[in-house]
Amino acid sequence: MIAIDERLDEAAVPEQTMAERTRRLTTRVIVYGILIVWAFICLVPIYWTVTTSFKAAPDVMRGNLVPFLDFTPQWLGWRSLGLSPETLFNTSTVRGEFMKRFMNSVVVSLSASFLAAVLGSLAAYGLSRFSYRFGPMKNKDISFFFLSQLILPPVVLALPFLVLYKELALLDTRIGLILLYTLTVLPIVIWIMRDQFKAIPVELEEAALVDGLSIWGAFLRIVLPISLPGIVAAFILSLILCWNEYFFAALLTSTEAKTLPVMVASQTGSQGINWWSMAALSTAAIAPLLIVGIILERYIIAGMATGAVK
Amino acid sequence: MSMEKTAPLDIDFDEYVPPDPIPQSRKRLGRLILAFGSLVLVAAFLVQALYRAGTIDFGFANWRPVVYAYLFWGITLGTAQVLRRGEAGVRALFVLPAVLFVVAMVVFPLLFGLYISFTDWNLSSLQGRRFNGLDNFRQMLGDAFYWNALKNMVWYTLAVLVEYAIAFGMALLLHSQIRARKFFRVVFLLPLMLSPVAVSWMVGKSMMEIRFGPIANFARWLGWENPAFFTDPWLARFSIMAMDAWTFIPLMMIMLLAGLQALPKEVMEAARVDGANPWQTFWKVVFPLTLPVSITAVLIRIIFKLKLADVIINVTAGGPGGATDSVTSFIFRVYRDRSNVGYGTLLAMVYLVLIVVSLTIMLNVLGRWMRGYGQEES
Repeated sequence: MIAIDERLDEAAVPEQTMAERTRRLTTRVIVYGILIVWAFICLVPIYWTVTTSFKAAPDVMRGNLVPFLDFTPQWLGWRSLGLSPETLFNTSTVRGEFMKRFMNSVVVSLSASFLAAVLGSLAAYGLSRFSYRFGPMKNKDISFFFLSQLILPPVVLALPFLVLYKELALLDTRIGLILLYTLTVLPIVIWIMRDQFKAIPVELEEAALVDGLSIWGAFLRIVLPISLPGIVAAFILSLILCWNEYFFAALLTSTEAKTLPVMVASQTGSQGINWWSMAALSTAAIAPLLIVGIILERYIIAGMATGAVK
Repeated sequence: MSMEKTAPLDIDFDEYVPPDPIPQSRKRLGRLILAFGSLVLVAAFLVQALYRAGTIDFGFANWRPVVYAYLFWGITLGTAQVLRRGEAGVRALFVLPAVLFVVAMVVFPLLFGLYISFTDWNLSSLQGRRFNGLDNFRQMLGDAFYWNALKNMVWYTLAVLVEYAIAFGMALLLHSQIRARKFFRVVFLLPLMLSPVAVSWMVGKSMMEIRFGPIANFARWLGWENPAFFTDPWLARFSIMAMDAWTFIPLMMIMLLAGLQALPKEVMEAARVDGANPWQTFWKVVFPLTLPVSITAVLIRIIFKLKLADVIINVTAGGPGGATDSVTSFIFRVYRDRSNVGYGTLLAMVYLVLIVVSLTIMLNVLGRWMRGYGQEES
């Protein structure tokens, strides 16, 4: 975990010359200028999507940007999803469809991340503490075996899995997607957790073993609670990747297990685009992760920071 | 398959291993359990294979029971490890689940994929698969669209360098003494949270829409008469790159920021005391010291880049004329149009080989260059 303290500007040295002060000021202006422009670039698409979901057709076509000033917000987009105030308590087939996709995404990404966190943490702990020999493979090779999965592009596995899942009756099921997603995020979890466990002093476990705990006991009761922030970080990173995954979902699901990204993508093709409903759908699809991102930002950053810095 | 314990890596756990040797009867029990598990697995596989081949007339409706048999075999393997090797077996249980999972989900499908890449297998036709040797390979050699997609991948990958420069700049700004650092950090991270599909809708389909999209309006305001982002091949490629960069720059930025924060403060102080200006400090101190992090970040980014497909599939579908195709989106389309699994898999396999070869070369060159850099500096 990195702690980033808000450092205050150093107290200005009194004998600064005028020229130095202007130079400092220009640097400040440039720095904040770039920061604000980039923040603007990051936020505008999100702003555009959220506001478009409240626009009517003419407002979209005129490219109006500011609500209440340029246009009057309406519930058009949300009504088409069955999520506007007046439709919320009526039955709605569109909302049923949306909720089904939403729940698919929730179940699949949560379970896959959980499974990957469990499998990955165990493997990472074993690899960071014990020496194995697996045929000719030693620890280093086993680690490489796991991490090398990272460079495997999904497309290599996609078509074989299509055929295999057909034979296994796993096509268009949540379980099939969960297994695949677990596979895609497992190397990342192992990568992060290996460094997490290496950072924990071995003496803690030695003491636990002397106190009579078994190896698994020491892991579950001593190591796991300490490394929980790391596991949370790995879990959230996995969650992001699984929630946003499109390629496998588009290929392997059709009616039952379709996830939100596939639903968003399939809207664009048919009968022109209903901008407002597309915007509402996109907003609903990105909202959960935006909230996660804002609340758990430090875990995400911590997760990406380990692994990167040794 | 044996997982033996050799000399411990970090800790000497040996002193805690109970000294009592494992009795022969326990070892025998372990071997028996594993044998039973293997028997069940082989039997399930054989029954299903023979049933499918039509030799016997009983079997399962699909292959799923074989998966259960594999799970069962995994459990017996774990039990046998504990029974036969005691403490060492208990340790093996940490990696065993992940290894078995990856073997089942990667190694087996890869081998299977290797086989189907030499077949002509159209899923929508009734004929089933037909072994056709190197025909797919020959077809690939003449497939201009595939080579074009590979060439595009080179351009897309080179774009990572630009993304890296931007990400490094942003990381430096975030690391400098600024107010509201947390606010900027959260905002800069947000694009990474968004799904590429949503991005392709938000940016590609609506903000770049020629009639009313704000980006098109902005371009018009700048004096560009007809801001069509996806008709000219290079412009289309550039638009795709920009959207992909928008999503993934935060990934590199965060890694680089972590690298900057790990820099020892004394080094920076020393540089300032020596009278180095910011430019010199960056090139002589900061950049060399963060080089390992930079390489990790760029590598991870390249790995993500090689999967690039979602944005292309949803915004341009490879157009105009295949100009924006990535390998993944091309194979996706090949499958969608012709539902030929064999040819698509061969293309993917060739892609994998090319990736492995070029990454190996790149890492070698990098390693040599880094050693050179280190000598030059010291």
